[in-house]
Amino acid sequence: MSATHTIVNLPDQRTAMLPKRTYINNEDGLLSWLLTGDHKRIAMLYLISITFFFFIGGAFAGLIRLELLTPQPDLVAADTYNKFFSMHGIIMVFLFLVPSVPATLGNFLIPIMIGTKDLAFPKINLLSWYLYWLGGLVVLGAMVLGGVDTGWTFTTPLSTHYLNTHVVTAATGVFILGFSSIFTGLNFIVTIHRMRAPGMTWFRMPLFVWSHYAASILMVLGTPVLAITLVLVALERLVGIGVFDPTKGGDPLLFQHLFWFYSHPAVYIMILPGMGVISEVISTFSRKRVFGYTAVAFSSVAIALFGFFVWAHHMFIMGVSNYSALVFSLLTMLVAVPSAIKIFNWSFTLQKGSITFETPMLYAFGFLGLFTIGGMTGVFLGALGMDIHLTETYFIVAHFHFVMVGGMLMAFLAGIHFWWPKMTGRMYPESLSKLAAVTTFIGFNLTFLPQFILGYLGMPRRYHAYPPEFQVLNVLSTAGATVLGVGYMLPLLYLGWSLKYGAIAGNNPWQATGLEWQIQSPPLTENFIETPIVDHEAYDYEWLEHKTAHEVTTVG
Amino acid sequence: MHISPVLWQFLVKWLNNSALFPREASTIAPYADALYFFLLLLTVVGLSLVCTLVFGFSIRYRKEKSPVAEHIEGSTLLEATWTIIPLALFLIVFVWGALLYFRIYNPPTNAMNIYIVGKQWMWKAEHPGGQHEINALHVPIGRNVQLTMISQDVFHSFSIPDFRVKREVIPGRYSTVWFNATIPGTYHIFCTQYCGTNHSVMIGEVTAMSPDDYEKWTQTSTSGTSLSQNGERLFASMGCNACHSGSAAARGPNLAGVYGSKLQLTNGSEVLANDAYLRDAILNPSQHITVGYAPIMPTYQGQISEDGLIDLVEYIKGLKTNYRVQQTLTTSQSNQAAPTTPGVVKP
Amino acid sequence: MDNAIVATHPHTHETAVPAEHEHVALPQHRHHFETQEQQREAGTFGMWLFLLTEIMFFGGLFFAYLLYRNWYNPAFVAASNQLSIKLGAANTAILITSGFFMALAVWAAEVRKKSLLVIFLVLTTLFGLAFLGVKYFEYKEKWELHHIPGASFDVSQFINPHAYGLKEEPLAPDMAQKTQVFFFLYFAMTGMHALHMIIGIVLLFWLTWRANRGEFSAGYVAPIENFGLYWHFVDIVWLFLFPLLYLINRHPV
Repeated sequence: MSATHTIVNLPDQRTAMLPKRTYINNEDGLLSWLLTGDHKRIAMLYLISITFFFFIGGAFAGLIRLELLTPQPDLVAADTYNKFFSMHGIIMVFLFLVPSVPATLGNFLIPIMIGTKDLAFPKINLLSWYLYWLGGLVVLGAMVLGGVDTGWTFTTPLSTHYLNTHVVTAATGVFILGFSSIFTGLNFIVTIHRMRAPGMTWFRMPLFVWSHYAASILMVLGTPVLAITLVLVALERLVGIGVFDPTKGGDPLLFQHLFWFYSHPAVYIMILPGMGVISEVISTFSRKRVFGYTAVAFSSVAIALFGFFVWAHHMFIMGVSNYSALVFSLLTMLVAVPSAIKIFNWSFTLQKGSITFETPMLYAFGFLGLFTIGGMTGVFLGALGMDIHLTETYFIVAHFHFVMVGGMLMAFLAGIHFWWPKMTGRMYPESLSKLAAVTTFIGFNLTFLPQFILGYLGMPRRYHAYPPEFQVLNVLSTAGATVLGVGYMLPLLYLGWSLKYGAIAGNNPWQATGLEWQIQSPPLTENFIETPIVDHEAYDYEWLEHKTAHEVTTVG
Repeated sequence: MHISPVLWQFLVKWLNNSALFPREASTIAPYADALYFFLLLLTVVGLSLVCTLVFGFSIRYRKEKSPVAEHIEGSTLLEATWTIIPLALFLIVFVWGALLYFRIYNPPTNAMNIYIVGKQWMWKAEHPGGQHEINALHVPIGRNVQLTMISQDVFHSFSIPDFRVKREVIPGRYSTVWFNATIPGTYHIFCTQYCGTNHSVMIGEVTAMSPDDYEKWTQTSTSGTSLSQNGERLFASMGCNACHSGSAAARGPNLAGVYGSKLQLTNGSEVLANDAYLRDAILNPSQHITVGYAPIMPTYQGQISEDGLIDLVEYIKGLKTNYRVQQTLTTSQSNQAAPTTPGVVKP
Repeated sequence: MDNAIVATHPHTHETAVPAEHEHVALPQHRHHFETQEQQREAGTFGMWLFLLTEIMFFGGLFFAYLLYRNWYNPAFVAASNQLSIKLGAANTAILITSGFFMALAVWAAEVRKKSLLVIFLVLTTLFGLAFLGVKYFEYKEKWELHHIPGASFDVSQFINPHAYGLKEEPLAPDMAQKTQVFFFLYFAMTGMHALHMIIGIVLLFWLTWRANRGEFSAGYVAPIENFGLYWHFVDIVWLFLFPLLYLINRHPV
């Protein structure tokens, strides 16, 4: 049953079949999908949607890197370039990173992981998806109408008084997307509090659920502040109220405070769910409970809590008082500690384990290294005097791409590969997926490591043209981006292929613990035939040994 | 904090030749670089540690060699270790970074002042002697130079990477930064805050010159009138001298010697009359009425440009006082926003 | 194997109240919930969380208000004195009464008195509409006085109040300009509040219609309860807005 280099355990492919009744074939017709309340169907709808927007955002990234091959502004006009990076940022942050893991994997797995039939509010879940599309279409509308060039940060007074692009349209789109996010988070919190199966205590929940809980707190408390900030920007633009206009008594720094009050917690909204994925993957492929389960669970909540109190570290050079600078820098150092704790806990999970290197594990390893770099460079930026030199340069761009792409996106891909067999019943081709993982890793480093150097040299961000001495590093970065693009295209192709031609996965190809692996792949609409009664801890591989002998959960 | 100059010369020379590291062209640059290298060291050590753990464990405990995993709950000792050590290291970074920050943003008391006005999409430098530059800045080496900056429109950010200084240039209030250039040469000036269409071309050059060359430059580049002389003209043409005539019965307070002094305002607060204060008093006078005077000063919001305001401030600074003495006393506080009246209202 | 959707776990609550026994589940029982109790608790929890998001939403405006009131106190005082305290106080009373009727409606639903429920919901709606009516008059007055921020904003009333028959102290011109900040905050905060009231009233129409059909007088009270929470929240926001906007340094003139 077990080859020595892999734990993958597929049923005999000569006789294996997909289960007769699944959430996919339970009902037919487009309307049954568009009006569904089933969290799993909604998750798949989200998966298709965010993939679509990811590639649009990625196309803008490609155009940016193409322009930056040469020091001269020779590919597109300055305004067009400004629109490229603005659209890239808005799409990637609000249409991809914020919803990616929660709305796809979170939606699909949280009810199953805690042993219940669906989220607390299925209709609100569906509404969330429609709001996502409404917001996405409005943002695309802004693009098609001519674009927006405020940057994803909508800095005033530039966005309110000095641009004549479609700022209000884009802001409206983001406003709507904010509500999509709030409803998802609200749903998760209520579900986790109220709908756990008998015996599923808080400390028996998988860490994936803990990290989504923490992220949901941020979604629910932080996003409304972004909403009101965008309303104020729109009013200032449309009516001229003067809230951010110094000539009328307003304060442009007020916008900065309000905007970053959400946008800093937003980055933890983006990373925490990814960290949850990493916990699951490392545990499964080490065949061991995550080291220091309680520490990791509390670290997630600590990151969420501290994350609310560091926003002004985006404003150190903008004239905040020395005292605020001190306080926010100190708090920034504090918020870095729980992330460090997690990295070490994951590393030590490997000790005395039984480790295999399937694709999700490769992505998880990539995450560990790249997130460490990204996180440490955050400490560079949290140090006040260092931030003076580094802020607003490519160092910042490299830092957040390391944590967002090297961290979050790798975690997302790890999760997609890990739960693909559960969601679709099919296995993807392992050698191609390993190739994609390695390609992505190499491409990523080639793209973004040179940007740290560029940043220290002083190259500012959002620059369309640059002094010639920066060219070599930019060319390296663009070359890396090409490789990275290939790395991201590959999964699209082979995952799609696997839907029809992939091996039948069976219930538990990874031999993992977790309630989701004890039911059929793909699951029934109602997830469980009977409400599970949980009597074991999370990541309990001994329980799994005994369970395997009596496992009958596929509906014939 | 004293750093061995020999070590730094070596490091800097090696790095300078590699084109992967900016030049150290100011007194503060070595301090910034020292912190940077410490952080780099921490990162390399941290990354190596994580990689060693991950690779070490995964090779040693790969399935072929370790077919059965051992159940381990955790270790409070390890948790404490990797909580306390990173925290301690981060706190060291915090203190170091804070000290560096104060060094960079608190100008020394003998700095010469140059005004910078940023606007879409260029930098205007205005020397007190009347030299005006666009997208350029000439400075002497070995002198403390303070830049008092303001934007005419949106947020910009004035950055000289080779000096390791940068500060946001904000509409509505002054911000300052200082440096002391050490090596003659030309260095990039960048605008680093996205400010619209031509953000990428809002760049310039700072030329650091020996003090003699700088002297020659100031003499050949002056427009003929200093900022203060411009200010004097404005003071008259805008009608300021009607109330601020200096006589005892004047409707406005005498401005001689006001720069750098502490003023009592009508609502009980005491403020320091620095650059920011003077500028705000011209634009929002009702919040800055000196005790004993009626609130009748009109506002000049919208009637005078930032350049004009700079001229006026320079003029007021020099009014019947020893110019250099006043500047040395108060330069270090000129980056505070003008204090506003507290929310005390008489019943 | 039985693929029945209804869970087959043992009963976990006493059967002392047969009407709420889960197998005689209310028609509104959603099947992903194990029990009616769980559904009700989840619904209420969800509404409280939503109200928390609303607090954060209004919070941004309150923060801006605190900041600017601190900076431009004289302008805020003068501008606030221009608001009609009579209308504001009347609105406060109207809204509190509306909230009172909403609380009675929740009670009526719980004791299953359909006609009382409908009456109270209608009264809640009427008082809510009255509130909006008063607001309309206030806004109209502001429009006529050119106190709406934007291009048509006029500060002459603050620079020279005696010419307009007002017993206020005149403001210096630059401080008078800052009254626009007050009015922008006034319209933004009361406008946002009014928007939430309008949404609430639309929901009230819908709930009243459903109540009239008897949907809430047979044990299923969650929508009335949860809407009650929302309505009381809107009420509380006004209770903060009224003193902050209307009662800055009021004194007998």
